[in-house]
Amino acid sequence: MKNLWNVSASPHIRSKVTTAVIMWDVVIALTPAALFGVYQFGFRALLILILSMTSCVLSEHCYRKWMKKPGDGYECSALVTGLLLGMNLSVNVPYWIPVLGGVFAIIVVKQLFGGLGQNFMNPALAARCFLLISCAKPMASFGVEKAASGDTARLLMAGAAAVDGVSAATPLAAIKAGETASLSDMFFGFTGGTIGETSAVLLLAGGIYLLVKKVISIRIPAAYLLTFALFMGLFGGHGFDPGYLAMQLCGGGLMLGAFFMATDYVTSPITPMGRIVFGVFLGILTGVFRVFGGSAEGVSYAIITGNLLVPLIEKLTMPRSFGKGGKANV
Amino acid sequence: MWKATFGGGVHMYDGKELTKDKPTTVLLPKGELVFPMQQHIGAPARPVVAVGDQVLVGQKIGEASAFVSANVICSVSGTVKAIEKRLTVTGATCDSIVVENDGEYKSVEGFGEKRDVTGLSKQEIRQLVKEAGIVGMGGAGFPTHVKLTPKRDDAIDFVIVNGAECEPYLTSDYRMMLEQPEKIVGGLKIILSLFEKAKGIILIEDNKPEAIAKLSELVKDETRITVKTAKTKYPQGAERQIINVATGRKINSAMLPADAGCVVNNIDTVISVYMAVAESTPLIRRIVTVTGDAIAEPRNFSVRTGTQYSELVEAAGGFKVTPQKVISGGPMMGLALFDLNLPITKTSSALLAFAKDDAAAMPTSACIRCGRCVAACPSRLVPQKMMEYAENFENEGFIGIDGMECYECGTCTYVCPAGRRLTQAFKQTRRSILDERRKK
Repeated sequence: MKNLWNVSASPHIRSKVTTAVIMWDVVIALTPAALFGVYQFGFRALLILILSMTSCVLSEHCYRKWMKKPGDGYECSALVTGLLLGMNLSVNVPYWIPVLGGVFAIIVVKQLFGGLGQNFMNPALAARCFLLISCAKPMASFGVEKAASGDTARLLMAGAAAVDGVSAATPLAAIKAGETASLSDMFFGFTGGTIGETSAVLLLAGGIYLLVKKVISIRIPAAYLLTFALFMGLFGGHGFDPGYLAMQLCGGGLMLGAFFMATDYVTSPITPMGRIVFGVFLGILTGVFRVFGGSAEGVSYAIITGNLLVPLIEKLTMPRSFGKGGKANV
Repeated sequence: MWKATFGGGVHMYDGKELTKDKPTTVLLPKGELVFPMQQHIGAPARPVVAVGDQVLVGQKIGEASAFVSANVICSVSGTVKAIEKRLTVTGATCDSIVVENDGEYKSVEGFGEKRDVTGLSKQEIRQLVKEAGIVGMGGAGFPTHVKLTPKRDDAIDFVIVNGAECEPYLTSDYRMMLEQPEKIVGGLKIILSLFEKAKGIILIEDNKPEAIAKLSELVKDETRITVKTAKTKYPQGAERQIINVATGRKINSAMLPADAGCVVNNIDTVISVYMAVAESTPLIRRIVTVTGDAIAEPRNFSVRTGTQYSELVEAAGGFKVTPQKVISGGPMMGLALFDLNLPITKTSSALLAFAKDDAAAMPTSACIRCGRCVAACPSRLVPQKMMEYAENFENEGFIGIDGMECYECGTCTYVCPAGRRLTQAFKQTRRSILDERRKK
């Protein structure tokens, strides 16, 4: 009886895109911006990224092993969490920060709520906010770009952009304090900031890669960025000045947030309309935090606040089923 | 160029290159033939022959027992060997007439005679279609004479010929469009003569350019018929989707195509109508695609109903490797088989044999809420939420989010990166809800 055929209900074929494939795509999309951070901030940045990823993957593995839970491919999603967390940290943080952050992200935010697909907040961002609040001092110092060795490449990339030393403050903080910053530097990433957030252009490229591979839909990032630009135009105090708006869009964690963290499957709405509502909500909230808040940043808090509203947004934006309301009449 | 299509759906590897250029071969049955009395939606037919009777090609051996039912016609000449329960592709048994083929193919009087269709009344056409035992040959098997008899003929605006053939691997409709296009147009004209206000639309997906060219050429002087090209996507051939693509109208599960002023027929069904009305040939054959990577020589067969599936495999050179899965129908909605001693029925569109079973090779993991199922659902449902209800046996919640609008096309399961068995769970839930409703 060894040649029995399999019998199961249809469909009998499957797409080759699996969870692991998707997670690797996200890692690939994040890599250019992460590598740029390493180039910019040096070897220490690489160490932080590795520590953060290792901490996440090990936490996931150990928890699942000790709790005797099966799971294939789960580590890939932990890898994404670890990479995102590392990219959201400053190069100056002590080495125990990414380790602690990774454990918190995976064990507390993800596994304690049921593991993959069950966490109600983006683990990387929740961990970042946890670290910001609990370890405020080591988290507050931002990396300064490595001026000397970066010059050639920087001139190549930024064209004839002026080479100014950038202060330890992030450009957004500088703008908020009434100072100026260079838009091209912000666009290409020659500014201070966390390891992975500085290069808007590489993050954008990664985002486009995900859009082309259909890993993410355009709805959340487009709604998010457009709403945010509109909000800053109305309430930012500079009107619709393109230079100011562009700096706000390129600055801080917005690009990283809009393309990689607001689009996190688990913590964003699954309904098409809900994704637009979610993006609009994040845009307004980020604007409120940046304009009226104490800090120049606001993306992380906006996204984790938005995460909490996802079940409600989904409930209110259930799509209308095909042909609903039609009546049998003939 | 913009091409018509519907919301949702997915274009997957279609495997049609295995068989699309192979002409259809006629296959004559060797062994006994089995005619299940239930090859259609509705009441089973009633046997009108007895064991020991001599039967002829084209003879009615099962009679429609209600309005929604269909005759069963014998496809060979020979002797009725038994009337007993036999296994069908669904895995259930069904009262069947077993005929011993004498190999002479003697036919009933008038069989195959040409008939002038222009002089026929609507009543005569409907009667001929009914007598011929024609049912929807796309898969569901809804009796065609019922489809062609709406409450009001003048309420029908469109007669749609479904040439989408969106199921991967299947090329039987495609081959028919290339080999017998004039019968398709002829059949459509007969149907159009029933509905004076209707326009005919032959809808074909853009992965079949030769079929589009051939049929477009054929209907270029017809004022009432157009060929419409649609962007290739599964499940375009589903009734609700094809109506939407062809006319922009929408129907839900509680409605019939006629409610949207449409009559939809599959390619082979339209040919069968033509053959029944113009050539006095009832439904005794169908085109079956035999394909898959485990089949030695994939191709299409014109085969008499009642023939065993095993004869098809043999005629296609047998299995070149031991298949892991054998399917009657397409890979998206077909039924997995555990045995080949089953009869070809009016709705058997294909026999697939895969060396590797994709479904079994894909482990199930946690839902990551990626939303691919939502984007792919042609019924615009949220399979992810339907699954939560289905897994918890919450039928009320399932109905509340329109879960009963699902017609089990399988697209959500196909795209799910976590390998979740969504469609399978929905089938179960839908059955249990329908059962509950029936009990009330």
